[in-house]
Amino acid sequence: MSWFSHFVSSSIGQKLIMSLTGLFLILFLVVHLIGNLQLLAEDGGESFNVYARFMTTNPLIKTISYGLYFFILLHTWQGIFLWFKNRAARGNTGYAVKKTRAVGTSAVLSSRMAWLGIIVFVFIVIHMVQFWLQMKLGNVQMATYPGHEGEYKDLFVMVIDAFKNPAFVIFYVICMYVIGLHLWHGFQSSFQTLGLNHKKYTPLIKGIGKVYSILIPAGFAIIPIIVYLFR
Amino acid sequence: MKLNLKIWRQKNNSTKGGFKSYQVDANTHMSFLEMLDVLNETLIAKKEEPVAFEHDCREGICGVCSMVIDGQTHGPWKGTTTCQLHMREFKEGDTITIEPFRAKSFPVVKDLVVDRSAFDRIIQAGGYISVNTGQAPDGNAIPVEREKSSFAFEAAACIGCGACVAACPNASAMLFVSAKVSHLGLLPQGDVEHSDRVLNMVKQMDDEGFGRCSNVTACEAECPKEISVANIARLNRAYFGAALGSEKKV
Repeated sequence: MSWFSHFVSSSIGQKLIMSLTGLFLILFLVVHLIGNLQLLAEDGGESFNVYARFMTTNPLIKTISYGLYFFILLHTWQGIFLWFKNRAARGNTGYAVKKTRAVGTSAVLSSRMAWLGIIVFVFIVIHMVQFWLQMKLGNVQMATYPGHEGEYKDLFVMVIDAFKNPAFVIFYVICMYVIGLHLWHGFQSSFQTLGLNHKKYTPLIKGIGKVYSILIPAGFAIIPIIVYLFR
Repeated sequence: MKLNLKIWRQKNNSTKGGFKSYQVDANTHMSFLEMLDVLNETLIAKKEEPVAFEHDCREGICGVCSMVIDGQTHGPWKGTTTCQLHMREFKEGDTITIEPFRAKSFPVVKDLVVDRSAFDRIIQAGGYISVNTGQAPDGNAIPVEREKSSFAFEAAACIGCGACVAACPNASAMLFVSAKVSHLGLLPQGDVEHSDRVLNMVKQMDDEGFGRCSNVTACEAECPKEISVANIARLNRAYFGAALGSEKKV
């Protein structure tokens, strides 16, 4: 298997890991957003809590979730590693003046992916401690719903409470903005790394990337805003 | 017109460099390198050390006139080398900052001259095709598809100047390597050694300490030959193909 370790530790192999884990996380965000939108259902949290129990108990979903944790860590670790590698390659003396001609992507964003990524990672850690850890280990109120068997952990109330805090809502919305910036470059960049660059479909990939990186973070951000203002 | 120049002076690789200011009297018909020639003549007349910079063909094909002018590789004009930049771009009293290309793998030799032999070693690793010597074969004996020949030709425009590395925030040499791999690999004569070439050139590129491509595409924007990052995608495909699809050692 030495060819495999050489392959994944080559410069292109390292970028492939970033690309594939990034694309997995891009798919995950869609599923996560669909789940979160149930927070807006006006049923006292029934659909959200039923969904949350399904997501935390279904063996298939649980298996995928371990993959998700692994891929988040791998993407972060590999990204920080590449960041250090690239800084070393740049050398000790920087340019006194540096300008870049307008490029197809956003040069400012694409050269700051590591900083954006670190902010996103910190957000994920806070997010996991605040909701995921509480759901797993914390003392969560129980709720029952007619027509559904057994008791449900009331994650809904926990989330709504958090979204009633204006400071948290602002923090959350800013983090979603940062995720949007990270995706703005990351979405189309992951396809380029896979070698998918062609006149026929690259404009489509870039277009979908832009729509995705606006709609998905905006979808997440709108939920705490609605909850704070109207619930 | 009178111009103020801020030029990076560095005696050699082991000493620390710094900016020094000069004044030069240039006219708008001069090329940028001719303006530097004028500066050097005045420095020599004053018994000062002239500014070292590389130049050869002065018509945009040799690729040695590497320098960063006001923060841009080969100056502010798109798709040109430094020697093709003319002084009509500048106005009386302008201050122009001139620096060498910066990258760990391009150490400064003196002033504006950097050592780009890392590129030569990458070429030695696979940037060639093996043919028997003897009579030149008939140019049209091997049919080449029109589309492939134009892609190969566009990539072959690479003059190996290193602006891609100098402009890249990661000092990545992917545009250079991908241009060479595309130029040779797309043609039937180069296709024979394609997998070996891709693996060996990428390995040499990594060993030379160039950074990893993060698809910023500053290379494409700054390339004096305007080579597309589509070549980088092609190199990635070729690398996956060679690593996963052939029995070659990775």
